[in-house]
Amino acid sequence: MTTTERLVDVGASQDVPERGRLVVEITTGTGAVTLGVFRFGGRLYAWENRCAHQGGPACQGRIVHRVTERLDDEQRSLGLRFDEDTMHVVCPWHGFEYDVVTGRHPGRPDLALRAFEVSEEGGRIRVAV
Amino acid sequence: MTATDPGVRRLPTQEITTATDTREILANARRDTERYGLDDYLIVDVDSHHVELDSWPEILTYLDSPVLRDTAQQMMRNWPQASHLALHNHPPGLTMQDVSGRIPHQASLAEETPGTTSGADRDVTLVRRAMDAMSIDLQVVFPQPMLETGLHPQPEVATALLQAYNRWFTAEVLPREPRIRTMLGLPFENPDACLATIEEFGDTPGVIGFLVTSQRHAGVHRNAYMPVYRELERRGLPIGFHAGPNQADSMTSTMNRFLSAHSMSFVTCNMTHMTNWVVNGIPERFPGLKTIWIESGLAWLPFMMQRLDHEYYMRSSDAPLLTRPPSHYIREMYYTSQPMEWTDDKLLAATLEAIDAENSLMYSSDWPHWDFDVPGRIAALPFVSEHGKRNILGETARKVFELGEV
Repeated sequence: MTTTERLVDVGASQDVPERGRLVVEITTGTGAVTLGVFRFGGRLYAWENRCAHQGGPACQGRIVHRVTERLDDEQRSLGLRFDEDTMHVVCPWHGFEYDVVTGRHPGRPDLALRAFEVSEEGGRIRVAV
Repeated sequence: MTATDPGVRRLPTQEITTATDTREILANARRDTERYGLDDYLIVDVDSHHVELDSWPEILTYLDSPVLRDTAQQMMRNWPQASHLALHNHPPGLTMQDVSGRIPHQASLAEETPGTTSGADRDVTLVRRAMDAMSIDLQVVFPQPMLETGLHPQPEVATALLQAYNRWFTAEVLPREPRIRTMLGLPFENPDACLATIEEFGDTPGVIGFLVTSQRHAGVHRNAYMPVYRELERRGLPIGFHAGPNQADSMTSTMNRFLSAHSMSFVTCNMTHMTNWVVNGIPERFPGLKTIWIESGLAWLPFMMQRLDHEYYMRSSDAPLLTRPPSHYIREMYYTSQPMEWTDDKLLAATLEAIDAENSLMYSSDWPHWDFDVPGRIAALPFVSEHGKRNILGETARKVFELGEV
């Protein structure tokens, strides 16, 4: 957190269950920012609700596992499967997917959501804005 | 502190679905409007869509033939899934477009539209919401699955459906909203019916041109079409070629993913027609006919210009009507912008220069399709002049369609 940021209470811990989200608009001294708080593997992550592509509401999209394709030893495809060790959120404008842990697109990691520091204490979730 | 900060507002829609209001889906577009001052631009969207199948029973009442009307009514009554598909050649692959629910607005705009009285009235409401959300002044609206009509197994049914749709759209949609315009589809399998369509609707307010749906296997250079092109040229009405997907032609049928078939077939259909159009000298025959290539993106055009020029220099006897290289004709035609391939700035800048985009390109959203573009895409281009951006966003369309004061 920089000296110009402040901690904002955005909700209670139970507002963001495992594999869930909370999307809030926060009014600051210089305007407003909308962000999504996600919980995966017990940890919280917060990202701006603005897709790196065309600015779509990325945090309000479908939450889904990453799709992978299995190959056998001969490099033959065994079909598609969900990787249940991942949590993606998909921008509903155009389908850009982001890993909620890294905020990055799976195939082009320089396309990423803007991160916010998030903390949890005493049953409350706070974001640094 | 044990309470939510007073400056925090929980968004009422945590997840956007097919039931979400268009204005909420597109709320983030407002940021571009403010950043780029888009309210100060004329923005004409030359390619967008409404979902004609939502109003299909209404449209089918406009069928001329009592026999076909009866066929449609029996289908709708007796076939469990046919109430909104009767007589239609809806390709099953189209339902892959929403990427398994990841892009809900592609599948359905199922939001509430209180007080609307018909499918047409509802569609107009949805179009207005999208226009307002994206700061669009005028929107050219096309159907969706009917873009596949050139692949209908019964061409005479396709002709009848297009006639019914055109009558429905001009009677029920256009009169409700002057900001909506259209280029009506030509029943291209039947050149006489094309001429009749131009005659019937050419002077209808809101009809600003005519359209060939590009997924079809007709050679656009056939002599039978020359009276059609002459009539459009005489009236000063543009002809558009609107691309569409096809996962069942000889090459795309090898493809196992929608991404593959969509990437290729949306372009190859227009590549085919443009090749026939240029090599057979249609621009020489009808120099006043304004020609627009719609929804194939832009990356194909430098390829076409180089490939056709390269072959033409060696085989000019195959294209005797040409007095200039093919690329010169291509540069004088018009293009809609979406889906604008953006992943490499240098390639995009070279493409825009190759086609003289500041004078030939017209913004299109393609809303509500899964690969739509907001106007901010044009406004953000670093290598286009301010004058060029104004042309692309609306002024070129004003000129091409002779829109006058908007």
